[in-house]
Amino acid sequence: MLQRLRENKSMQGTFLALPTTLWLFVLLIIPLFLTFVISFGQRSPDGDVIFSFSLDNYIRLFGYSTDCPDGQASCFDPLYVNILWRSLSLAFNTTVLVILMAYPLAYFIARATPKQRNMFLFMVLIPLWTNFVIRVYAWMMLLRKEGAINVIIGWVAGLFNLPFTPLEMLYTPGAVLVGMVYEFLPFMILPIYTSLEKIDTSLYEAAADLGANALRTFLRVTLPLSMPGVVAGTILVFIPVMGTFIVSDILGGRQVILVGNLIQRQFLDARDPTFGSAASLILMVMTLIVTYFYTRKFGFGEEIVVA
Amino acid sequence: MASEFAVEMRDVVKKFITPEGSELNAVDHVTMQIKNGEFFSMLGSSGCGKTTSLRMIAGFEWPTEGEVFIEGKAMGHTPPFQRKVNTVFQSYALFQHMTVFQNVAFGLEMEGAKEDEIKKRVGRALEMVQLTGMERRRPKQLSGGQQQRVAVARALVKTPDVLLLDEPLGALDLKLRKEMQLELKALQQQLGITFIYVTHDQEEALTMSDRIAVMSKGRVQQLATPVEIYERPVNKFVADFIGESNFLEGKIKSLSGEEAVVHVPALNAELRGMPMSRDFVNGEDVVVSIRPEKVRIAENNAKGDGLFKAKVLTSVYIGSDTHVYVDMHGIRLKVMEQNRISRLDPSSFYSKDQVITLLFMPENTLVLKKD
Repeated sequence: MLQRLRENKSMQGTFLALPTTLWLFVLLIIPLFLTFVISFGQRSPDGDVIFSFSLDNYIRLFGYSTDCPDGQASCFDPLYVNILWRSLSLAFNTTVLVILMAYPLAYFIARATPKQRNMFLFMVLIPLWTNFVIRVYAWMMLLRKEGAINVIIGWVAGLFNLPFTPLEMLYTPGAVLVGMVYEFLPFMILPIYTSLEKIDTSLYEAAADLGANALRTFLRVTLPLSMPGVVAGTILVFIPVMGTFIVSDILGGRQVILVGNLIQRQFLDARDPTFGSAASLILMVMTLIVTYFYTRKFGFGEEIVVA
Repeated sequence: MASEFAVEMRDVVKKFITPEGSELNAVDHVTMQIKNGEFFSMLGSSGCGKTTSLRMIAGFEWPTEGEVFIEGKAMGHTPPFQRKVNTVFQSYALFQHMTVFQNVAFGLEMEGAKEDEIKKRVGRALEMVQLTGMERRRPKQLSGGQQQRVAVARALVKTPDVLLLDEPLGALDLKLRKEMQLELKALQQQLGITFIYVTHDQEEALTMSDRIAVMSKGRVQQLATPVEIYERPVNKFVADFIGESNFLEGKIKSLSGEEAVVHVPALNAELRGMPMSRDFVNGEDVVVSIRPEKVRIAENNAKGDGLFKAKVLTSVYIGSDTHVYVDMHGIRLKVMEQNRISRLDPSSFYSKDQVITLLFMPENTLVLKKD
């Protein structure tokens, strides 16, 4: 048996992949299948699932409503479509902002001396030692009416005898955006740094030698060669931002509801797992579609393997 | 042409700070004048300052002291993209995200050349390096030799005054390297532009160059034609670095114009040779150098000057030559004989412990500064 295992490469592969495969099957494939089945079910009055094949949940998600203000039988209610759109645009904005902030920093780190580099990378990673939720709460302390930011601005305004009413920053879409950008910044810095660091410095010299100034070297050589890092970072940031509900829960309150919050509330508060399941699947499909078109445009497989 | 010299380095010093924090002159007061249309090599082992010198000409480094002139113009801190020189990098430094065509076209695009002109010139450059038809390939899809040609085409398409080549053949296997040596040399003659070639391979430098600067420890040891460098090395370093040499230590006994007489204590005899420096003085400690192929093996009963008995240690047959290692009064020497007559087992001609007579002719015996 052992002898056969030693000679058989494909059997070795099977054995090595087995634990993860089992794990994913039990904890991902089966739940996903259940979610899929439940999403076509109906909610019983006491919050259980009645298995059936009904598209009601999906129809409701896309705006069909029977609870209409002026007594019509049915009307369009944009509530859930808005939530989906808000999630999508927030994930987009977060990703763009994170790229704009992470790229220069990653570039700076990649250009530092090896000793400095390790220190900077270490500093990038330090926040990750603290729990995700605690870091979001820290932002609450900063952003609320009596928070650090308002106190400081008020103090400065006081110095100049200016009137100041504390800013309403917490529980706004802006607060959620700030929190998301903060939380996911390291996941963009690291892959961009990795791809920048791999670029042979002789390529910059070659570009300069052939007549390119610093800007054109950046646009024609540095940026294209670091795109695999940007793509990897985008995937690492965009997908979780689409689904996470903690940041919007803590920093957005009731004002900023995302798909994540919607799903969470359907399962825990509204006790409607069928509608929650449908929302989960729509979230997944939306994320897949965006990622698919994004990677088709900017590459994923080959580029990442090559980098 | 503005100047007689394509490139001139005037008393150039480049200081680096070592990781230990001390200062190091990577290039130490180097002065050299490279003529227009010349194939010029900088030859030396790693750390001799040859690559740093080349990088200062390209503009990737700036001299700490002294000045680099290109076509008679002082370069100062002129950035690389404003110098009319182009570089072929040791690693080729090809843009992996571009095709062969795009790589070669890059420099022309930076000049703002028009699209049809770019097409024409890239086509011609690729033809020159025999890569026509490879335009749409990526560098990764090419062999090492082909990548090397792309690097050459990419630099030459800019029609530089001077082409700088930093060990461009280092990564190729021996056979391909020899082919490319001849090709590069032919290309240089055909285009008539100045090539400055950095290499640690002495054979390569001797094969290709019009003139060679032999460098060591940041300094130019000798700057001369290949023949002069091999036949008239100025010091022990050059004699040792280029080809092989037998060295004997001695003291100058007398000097007379074209000849020096050196007393060699180990032989307890005088050797006559050619002084390789003008400022020798009587009694100076010197090194006598003689190339293995220039030691003659004489008849054992020969009479005259410069004859010495030696005992054979080993004799090695290597096809075209036989290498004979001998012991001459405790000094180990290497003697090379061409196998001009076909016979089986030529090594048996010299057997271990056989006593033979060596002849040192004054014109083959060089008297060098002890550095």
